[in-house]
Amino acid sequence: MSVPQPTAPQPTVAKDSARRTEPGQVVNDFSIQVATPNGSGSQSSNTVLLRAIFQMGVPVSGKNLFPSNIAGLPTWYTIRASKDGWIARKKDVDVLVAMNAETAREDVAALRPGAAVVYDAPLGLSSTRADLVWYPVPFDRVVEPVTGDAKLRKLLKNMAYVGVLARLLDVELAEVERAIVRQFARKAKAQQLNVAAARAGFEHAAALEKRDPFFVRRMDATRGKIIVDGNAAAALGALFAGVTVVTWYPITPSSSLVETLISYLKQYRIGADGKATYAVVQAEDELAAVGMAIGAGWAGARAMTATAGPGVSLMSEFAGLGYYAEIPAVIFDVQRVGPSTGLPTRTSQGDVLSTAFLSHGDTQHILLFPGSVAECFTMAGEAFDLAERFQTPVFVMTDLDLGMNNWMSDPFPYPERPLDRGKVLSREDLDRLGGFARYRDVDGDGIGWRTLPGTDHPRAAYFTRGTGHDEEAVYSEKADVFERNMERLARKLETARSSVPAPELHGGGRARVGIVAYGSSHPAVAEARDQLRRERDLDADYLRVRAYPFSREVHAFVEQHERVYVVEQNRDGQLAALLQLDLAPELAPRLRKVAHLDGLPLDARSVSDEILGMEGR
Amino acid sequence: MPTPAAPAAPRSNRIGLTVIDYRGGKTTLCAGCGHNAISERIVEAYFDLGIAPERVAKFSGIGCSSKSPAYFLSRSHSFNALHGRMPSVATGALLANRGLLAIGVSGDGDTASIGIGQFVHLMRRNLPMVYVIENNGVYGLTKGQFSATADVGSRLKTGVVNELPPIDTCALAIQLGASYVGRSFSGDKKQLSAMLKAAIVHRGTAMLDVVSPCVTFNDHEGSTKSYAYMKDHDAPLQELSFVPAFEDITVDYDPGSTIDVTLHDGSHLRLRKLEDGYDPSDKSRSVARLMDAQARGEVLTGVLYVDPKAPTLIDSLDVTEAPLASLPEAVTRPPREALEEIMASLR
Repeated sequence: MSVPQPTAPQPTVAKDSARRTEPGQVVNDFSIQVATPNGSGSQSSNTVLLRAIFQMGVPVSGKNLFPSNIAGLPTWYTIRASKDGWIARKKDVDVLVAMNAETAREDVAALRPGAAVVYDAPLGLSSTRADLVWYPVPFDRVVEPVTGDAKLRKLLKNMAYVGVLARLLDVELAEVERAIVRQFARKAKAQQLNVAAARAGFEHAAALEKRDPFFVRRMDATRGKIIVDGNAAAALGALFAGVTVVTWYPITPSSSLVETLISYLKQYRIGADGKATYAVVQAEDELAAVGMAIGAGWAGARAMTATAGPGVSLMSEFAGLGYYAEIPAVIFDVQRVGPSTGLPTRTSQGDVLSTAFLSHGDTQHILLFPGSVAECFTMAGEAFDLAERFQTPVFVMTDLDLGMNNWMSDPFPYPERPLDRGKVLSREDLDRLGGFARYRDVDGDGIGWRTLPGTDHPRAAYFTRGTGHDEEAVYSEKADVFERNMERLARKLETARSSVPAPELHGGGRARVGIVAYGSSHPAVAEARDQLRRERDLDADYLRVRAYPFSREVHAFVEQHERVYVVEQNRDGQLAALLQLDLAPELAPRLRKVAHLDGLPLDARSVSDEILGMEGR
Repeated sequence: MPTPAAPAAPRSNRIGLTVIDYRGGKTTLCAGCGHNAISERIVEAYFDLGIAPERVAKFSGIGCSSKSPAYFLSRSHSFNALHGRMPSVATGALLANRGLLAIGVSGDGDTASIGIGQFVHLMRRNLPMVYVIENNGVYGLTKGQFSATADVGSRLKTGVVNELPPIDTCALAIQLGASYVGRSFSGDKKQLSAMLKAAIVHRGTAMLDVVSPCVTFNDHEGSTKSYAYMKDHDAPLQELSFVPAFEDITVDYDPGSTIDVTLHDGSHLRLRKLEDGYDPSDKSRSVARLMDAQARGEVLTGVLYVDPKAPTLIDSLDVTEAPLASLPEAVTRPPREALEEIMASLR
């Protein structure tokens, strides 16, 4: 991509594979970028390449950088192999596969010296730079013997580059073929054609003279691991949280969350009577999607919707109703780049501040920030528990990078804790109590007890409303009644501080410099912290925030560090702003904003460079 | 039908409740407001049908009409939602608990202006609920602006004349898939009562547009939603009667002059024809007749369309009989082996 890039330090030689590594070789520590036109079928090829490396036991991650378009516009896919297990995007591209005439020159210009370029020979790129390693491949000719069908040949060129890379990088052809069989499961013809194309590329590349240092060598670091995207992980989290009502309106990048959920629900949630134990409704818009979730949560279902920034904006009125009338619902916000329609297929953390206070009046919400696909799974479950425990909408703030890209992960743990359905009074409870007041704080935690419609007791009913109400849910405009209720709602959010997922501290807590980050920034920040220590001897503690409202540990972290870099994928430092609202005024100047807003998944080098710059080093 | 009613007054219904058990809070609407009459009909209907109020869920949006669920059925859960967004809330609640008997009350502004999007999608989903529009052609709470059901030429007290054509919610509802559509008048006790009872037992969306004059802002000379205007222009299609399933049918009817509709629970809706040839099972001709009536300045009332067998949203989702909200964890959380199987597929 045409992002200006500083020269990277020379990658070090892999120590753990040293036995088989010649001097000058770079083993299991490089990035590949494939540039193709959108819709050309390269997604399958890239997945095959990713899986083949994964199957060789090498930690790997893949990122799709794609346009808001069905076919034709440029798209990039980056694969990073990292023996040390770093899975953030790598800023430098080490091996470029240039298949797209439209971007080839720009892509080549952005490479650092020494990078390798596999390119479609007619593009004639090798004259553009002298400091790169060139591998021209006449892909049309390579795939010609595979099939007579010209349309298929166009697709198969993509599998041919996988074969070429396999030869050049020492990816085992058998693993490539295994990955192809898996990718085209139950499609025998596609399997056979793609294997043939990969082999054709592999054979052709035998004639190429290897002049780059990059190699894949078998290791044993992916045994038992899974590869999954965050949307699928969140869908699984909802499935195992016992979700019963799913209402949604399609929007990139959240659509696949619900679509994946639907396919799992069909498989795993058909009851003994052969009927669904769930309901999914595609609504007419996001207003209706969240309205249905709120209606279902009110009636006692575990209800959810999934959306992105523009949808969250539309949901704002209902979010306020859910907060004020105290109704559980889970809303997944798979964030993309705003403002407005923005960059619909690029990633960001730009909805944090507006979602924390979504809706008019004094409204505040619980937000969760999953930092991995595993947390997309676990936090989906926690979100339903918190929503029902606190009787309020809970927002799970993922993003496009986490949601739509492939991540390596440990398998997800089966949830051992029973579902927390919150404070609900049954008919028997009402018999015993004689009645109840919906919004009375009987437990001192700000949370009242509720009944569900349909409860067969003459004292079960109450009137749910977004207008002012007293403890009995009766309409009231009295000043003291209103004030007391609002204070109780504030108390409820105070209680939430200690119930939401606690932050995760990396480091001993004694460094002078602290880093705060959250969500999909985690892999890049963890790696950046490692770079700072290894390369510049700068020791930084790192607190990964996992929820809003902030627990006390978050405030304490700022108190304990002289300078706190808040790394975010937005322009304005939205989480830092939330933090400032909580902190004592004299602590606020300790916060330094490290902002990323280019829509690309965050990389470690950008973070460490920026922190070094601000540290004056 | 045995009725275990208490001997003393007041009268009990077939489940032993008195009409007091179906009442709501004291109305805060204007004296003489049509909406209050509709609330009274609703109380009577549920009482007469002997439906346990705990099984009923009430829904509304925002506006004078939407306040009215507070004035009937206090023993039923109620959700006073957002302006124009009652349909989605009711949909969600019924997805969560298909056993609820839902009634929604909306107004012409709440439905035909701000809420038209959710309204039309509710109709096409044929969600099993009663949807009452208390239609007075104006916004009351904001002091008398026109809504989208105001007729061309209708005049406000301030002299402002409406130039835009009205949205006919009944024609829309029929076209889009609501399976029971009627229009009535808050002042026609007999017609509204029968229409409501049939709506309550009907399975599917029962959409009733009830002209309900606003005594404060739209009951003057020049209004087409006034008591006087309705008295002059009400054109009933049928004379309605309702025979509940729990009563033995003893009254014969003449198939030539009366249409008998058997509803979902075995109740009967009897429509004695006042207009020859009107067939409430004929979608396109019903819509044509409505358009014709509008052109002639008639307010066509009665049961405009009914299809007791149309599939509802709940049918099409093929969900289990028990309310989803009350399914135990053992049913809603797949077992450990399921997760292991999925994890293995991702390796």
